Amino acid sequence: MTFQYNQVFVENAATIAGPYEAKGPLKKYFDKTFDNLYHGEKSWETAEAKVLEDSIRTLLHKTGKTKEDIDVIFSGDLMNQITSSCYSTEKFDFPFLGIYSACATSVEGMILASSLIDGGKVNRAIAATSSHNMSSEKQFRNPTEYGAPKPKTATFTATGGACILLTNENTGIKIESSTIGRIIDYQQTNPFHMGAVMAPAAADTIYRHLTDLNRKPEDYDLILTGDLGTYGKEILKDFMKQEYGIDISKNYNDCGTMLYDLESQKEVQAGGSGPVCSALVNYSVILDLLKTKRLKRVLWVATGALFSPTMVYQHENILSIAHAISLEVIQ
Amino acid sequence: MGDRMEKKKYEQIVSRHQPTETRAQNAFIAFVTGGIVGVFGQLLSEFYVSFFDISTKDANTFMLVTLIFIASLFTALGFFDKWVSFCKCGLIIPITGFAHSMTSAGIEYRKEGPIYGLGSNIFKLAGSVILYGVVSAWFFGLLRLIIMGG
Repeated sequence: MTFQYNQVFVENAATIAGPYEAKGPLKKYFDKTFDNLYHGEKSWETAEAKVLEDSIRTLLHKTGKTKEDIDVIFSGDLMNQITSSCYSTEKFDFPFLGIYSACATSVEGMILASSLIDGGKVNRAIAATSSHNMSSEKQFRNPTEYGAPKPKTATFTATGGACILLTNENTGIKIESSTIGRIIDYQQTNPFHMGAVMAPAAADTIYRHLTDLNRKPEDYDLILTGDLGTYGKEILKDFMKQEYGIDISKNYNDCGTMLYDLESQKEVQAGGSGPVCSALVNYSVILDLLKTKRLKRVLWVATGALFSPTMVYQHENILSIAHAISLEVIQ
Repeated sequence: MGDRMEKKKYEQIVSRHQPTETRAQNAFIAFVTGGIVGVFGQLLSEFYVSFFDISTKDANTFMLVTLIFIASLFTALGFFDKWVSFCKCGLIIPITGFAHSMTSAGIEYRKEGPIYGLGSNIFKLAGSVILYGVVSAWFFGLLRLIIMGG
């Protein structure tokens, strides 16, 4: 399902990044960074909620908006019952819709917000997301102090909070179109190789987006996937060519490989992941490149592994999904 | 799957981009570091025998308790996870790994309180070791009784 929008624009975005992300190449583009993973809180879960709360507060501050200006917020994260989104948004008294598409949550929120704005139902909407390396490790894997060895294909959940304010007033950066992804099952079962799990979902969404709009990869200055990582990125390029005969290698990159310095930050293995990973990249450096018109049109394909530890232990496949949104600079 | 690519064909693409794990290097590091833990345990045991003038059996118990204490302390101080990531099975297989698995789970879940947090979760990783340890001990004890008569 692909939509084109007439009257949806990016007002601004805010990014708060954790210590590992601050050591990466994008540090100067983030609004704020913090050193201690607890972020002044007592637990990983409350820390993540606090980071997301800070990012929303920063966004309101940057745009000079108050809570009355925000008609609705869409927020989601990886925690069970999307805890971080609920406990952070509660502080603002916004009309709230909780969402979940794992690491594709950011774009899901933007698609929903854009559709409401373009339909004339609301004037301004926020799409927010967060993830925290430690809260994710605790929920999905082992205790954080355990330090279980991982294979090279494993990715590293990014820590941070990120949100974007969309509006019906022309700001120069338009939400041009979007494609809602479908749930994909390529019978992958390895939770330490999410790149292989998600690459077919990214390919499916990219193919549908290009076909629906009758476009070619060259129509975009940049095509970005969310968090496929070093190996998933290569799989996608290869798969895209073999399955659909489309070569995306010329203007394609993956946010998971951009968030960190993969040479010096060996602890991140194949790169970043988590819903905030691609949001941190897009709401900071990519938005900056659009604002300064160094990029004209970007296709962001957020990729999510709909991973349930319970289902993996029951020998079920890991499902995946990818949602795409296109951002464009208008004159 | 419909008309999509077959699983086998996709697996070929995945395996084409599969990095090679440094298994030999990992095994070597685990062998050396695990050996160091063993040598350290042996030295401790010898020390306890000569210093406290106790039997080797008692000294071994003391030695195990000491290793458990050191591993738990280092976990609590926050750097043992980095050692485990580096040494892998060199620290996981000895009793240090068992102690570390309990302490790390304890630290992780203490925020949820003494019952639903610490109590319910401290054996999250170690529980399997205890269960199958007890079952296999019982089984091998039985075998020993049958074959050797006790």
